[in-house]
Amino acid sequence: MNTKKKGYKEMPAGGVTYETSLDYETGTWRSEKPVVNDEKCTRCLECYIYCPDASIKYEDDKIIIDYSHCKGCGICAKECPQDAIDMVEEEK
Amino acid sequence: MILGISGDEAVALAAKQCNVDVVAAYPITPQTIIVEKFSEYVANGETQAEYVRVESEHSAMSACVGASARGARTFTATSSQGLMLMHEILYVASGMRLPIVMANVNRAISSPINIHADHADSMAVRDSGWIQLSCVDAQEAYDTTIMAFKIAEETLLPVMVLLDGFVISHTLQNVSTLSDEQILNFIGNERKSENILDPENPKTFGAMVLPDYYSEIKMQQIEAMDESKKVIENTFKEFGDLTGRRYPLVESYKTDDAEHILLCMGSAFGTAKVVVDDMRAEGKKVGVSRVKCYRPFAGNEVREAIKNAKSVGVADRVAPFGSYPPLYLDTKASCDGINLKSFVYGLGGRDVNKDTIKEVFDRLEKGVDEMFVGVRE
Repeated sequence: MNTKKKGYKEMPAGGVTYETSLDYETGTWRSEKPVVNDEKCTRCLECYIYCPDASIKYEDDKIIIDYSHCKGCGICAKECPQDAIDMVEEEK
Repeated sequence: MILGISGDEAVALAAKQCNVDVVAAYPITPQTIIVEKFSEYVANGETQAEYVRVESEHSAMSACVGASARGARTFTATSSQGLMLMHEILYVASGMRLPIVMANVNRAISSPINIHADHADSMAVRDSGWIQLSCVDAQEAYDTTIMAFKIAEETLLPVMVLLDGFVISHTLQNVSTLSDEQILNFIGNERKSENILDPENPKTFGAMVLPDYYSEIKMQQIEAMDESKKVIENTFKEFGDLTGRRYPLVESYKTDDAEHILLCMGSAFGTAKVVVDDMRAEGKKVGVSRVKCYRPFAGNEVREAIKNAKSVGVADRVAPFGSYPPLYLDTKASCDGINLKSFVYGLGGRDVNKDTIKEVFDRLEKGVDEMFVGVRE
């Protein structure tokens, strides 16, 4: 993860992209974060399909949220047929 | 070879000889002859360039952006309302650092509709991140179009070549041309293929940039614009060595001992030189300077040219609404302590003739602080 942002003398001209969106954290934009209740979750993967930021993964039979990139839009919580995702306010 | 051609034809010929790959344009008076002539070259097989007929100037500049991003040597031309319609995409071209060359044939902006010379169009986009080089005649329009490709491709900044509507665009003049070989030796056969869209080496152009990077990308443009002055000067010098036609960033005529100087842009310079000669014959110490390199603004050169005068009349061909006109403001910011007066003449193609110029000098001599020249009350 890039922690130090480049200065203008180090960047390619014209705003040409030089890092991937994987290196660009958007998780800090979030005011509420989705929290999955594994007991209620049936692994239907509706959340995975609906997530507009590809921030939901399915690993080891669990729903994993990528909090570095999840912007907290809440679509996953809204769409979950089991109401297994809660939006929890971020701590300041 | 010496040809008797108009300013528009001279620009079209220069663009063809510069081996452009793509022209995307929409016709508009008084620029029409440029793209009309170019489409004729394409139809006659005199160039391999692709001519893209688009439905508007907004699309013309957009197509140029796409072509240039892919690495094509790209040219277009417009005027007035056309430039206004391109406005949004002009910033895209400069922000993406695309070396597009465009001739803008200066014409007044509606309303009321008017097709004649006035600098309001290019002045309205002076802060769009394009280099702006102003011309006084067809020869200079030809020469500047050629130099523009070299400057654009070296600085990765788009360049606008400015010529006054009708006075330059439609007036026949003897134009001394170069051979294709001379031109291509000077500017290079084709664009350097750095920083372009390439399937073998994929890149993303024009992505969204948030507050954490926007300032840095603008700083790059600001620095490139400042540094382009050196490239422009060098290109003018090399072109002078090749052709004998030497263009300074700011051209002056009889200003060394002048008490009163007119500072102008565009075709008025030629008329002003005649007036200076006439007035000098009457013993009056007057001179004239003109800004060729308007963006980046050649402020030091302007200052150097006019610093010893008792008074300087800065003449704009733009109607100023609620402030002073642009050339005056730029000059004022660069020439602290010099006695400057702002004049406005030649709106909507009103002739800037010998009497107009004489009137400016008379007002300077008498210290009359009145901006508008040749307007009825």
